[in-house]
Amino acid sequence: MRSYLARRLASAIPVILVVAVVGFVLFRLTPGDPAALLAGDNASREQIEKTREYLGLDQPIHVQFARYLGRLARADFGQSIFLGRPVTTAILERLEPTVSLAITAELFALALAIPLGLLAAVRANTWLDQAAMAVALAGLSIPAFWLGLLLVFSFGVKLGWLPVGECRPLGDGLGPFLRHMILPAVSLGLIQMALTARMVRSSMLEVLREDYIRTAHAKGMSGRVIVLRHALRNALIPTVTVIGLGFGALVSGAVVVETIFALPGLGRLTANALLNRDYPLIQAILMFVAMIFIVLNILVDLAYAYLDPRLRIRY
Amino acid sequence: MPTSTPVSGSATEPAAALAGLGRPGARPRAGLARLWRSRYTIAGLGILGTLLVLAIFADQIAPYGPNRMRPTERLQPPSAAHPFGTDDLGRDILSRAVFGARLTLTIGAIVVPLSLLLGVPLGIAAGYYPRMDGPIMRIVDGLMAFPAVLFAITLMAALGPSVLNVIIALSVAYAPSAARLARGSTLAVQAMVYVEAARALGVPDGRLIARHVLPNIFAPLLVLASFTFAVSVLTEAILSFLGAGAPPSVPSWGTMVAEGRNFIEAAPWLMFFPGCCIAIVVMGLNLLGDGLRDLLDPRLRGGFSRGGLS
Repeated sequence: MRSYLARRLASAIPVILVVAVVGFVLFRLTPGDPAALLAGDNASREQIEKTREYLGLDQPIHVQFARYLGRLARADFGQSIFLGRPVTTAILERLEPTVSLAITAELFALALAIPLGLLAAVRANTWLDQAAMAVALAGLSIPAFWLGLLLVFSFGVKLGWLPVGECRPLGDGLGPFLRHMILPAVSLGLIQMALTARMVRSSMLEVLREDYIRTAHAKGMSGRVIVLRHALRNALIPTVTVIGLGFGALVSGAVVVETIFALPGLGRLTANALLNRDYPLIQAILMFVAMIFIVLNILVDLAYAYLDPRLRIRY
Repeated sequence: MPTSTPVSGSATEPAAALAGLGRPGARPRAGLARLWRSRYTIAGLGILGTLLVLAIFADQIAPYGPNRMRPTERLQPPSAAHPFGTDDLGRDILSRAVFGARLTLTIGAIVVPLSLLLGVPLGIAAGYYPRMDGPIMRIVDGLMAFPAVLFAITLMAALGPSVLNVIIALSVAYAPSAARLARGSTLAVQAMVYVEAARALGVPDGRLIARHVLPNIFAPLLVLASFTFAVSVLTEAILSFLGAGAPPSVPSWGTMVAEGRNFIEAAPWLMFFPGCCIAIVVMGLNLLGDGLRDLLDPRLRGGFSRGGLS
């Protein structure tokens, strides 16, 4: 396991380098003066000059790149144009609501997806299967921002059951937290639910064809025990990969869902930065998210190797 | 990523869809007759066809001009004169929705081929020449770390919002999926004895790729294309919703939902109908992608997209 971990970490280094280069190129490719871009639309001449000096834009390109890597390693992305604060601070401050939202959404998705996928696989090719997969297909196709607005309209405006446009931290107690979090979490989690349900179904179908399942049947075990104890546990292993696959949807979903429900998280910070064309902030968020994606995929691979020992042997 | 059998296009990334596809021997021609018997694929094709007709004949189909304002007819609920109602400027929602099909189709029709054009040659090169595999795939992995929406948002912040920038951002963001798929399919074809035989006979690389590799990866790329179309429609809608997509003069479903947000209590139909359009088109493209995949990968056959297939 340790050598696998070492190999997996080593394989991430070139990917991180590529991410860094893309970030650098993206910034240099933009037309016009990068210093003016980073300093913002309303910057004075001195501010632009100061930014130019700070970025070392008068230096040769390899020196610029080395400096850029140095800043990246220190997570120093400069000042936000609109907030007037270091962007790293701004990002870290907004992390908590987004993480709670993402975790609640993921829990909602799992709670629905596993029974749905299981049911579809066990009753494959019946109307139950078709109904379950129709739900999953709808989940893949309904845009998160539209679902969010529909939920606001029905549960917030029409029925008045749930509060809209406020946020409570978990510290206020589980009840209030969930009452405020449930609508955004459902909006964000629907896509994850659909992805997971489809994954559980296909993985379950594959496992049910295995020899050991036939052996279990031959031994006269009850169907329930076979499905739950022998099949489902193995079928859930590939489902771990959905966390990596769904990450892009989670990030883009968070941007719109947090905007609709006025959650003070990273997504809303991104949407506001876009409206204000706060380039340093957006660039930092992009790099931050890419790094999280890389770390998340390492964790997913490690979890996979932990759950499925065959994979470790292969490496 | 560990090898598993992902069977769905993720909601904003098409990459997830296609493990196990592109194995040589998938015969698209034999499947065409089957295709016509699959209800869900037909439904998907029907929705795509409707989108095409709406986009091309928008001028004839829409009852009013998309930007015709009637201040006296503000915020009217759905009626015979305005089946989808009117917005706060007195514009007909149905007409704007019909014209919105144009932007959706334009985005898909450019992003899909462009992302394939960027990704497929890279993927074939990586799969065909072992020495190029490492460097190319590390670049692809690096690019995949950027979620498409964030990547597009960064470009918008640097270049300013425009339809062209949406197209550039999405094409670059989805090219790595095409590269990965093309690489996998090329590797699979490479392992075939007939390719080895052709190579032993001295068939040049270019001809080998054209005669044996390309025909074999065509089918999985078709599946990827429909999922890429679906996710670009969704992503364009997200960007327009955030105010970073099309300019306000171009009718866009995402922008219409965003405009309707301010009138959610007084006039919910503003956000309802354009959102329906997005969901229906994306669902149609997902159905098409699922149907094509089931057709091309018999292992996955069965279940929702089964239709008359099995």
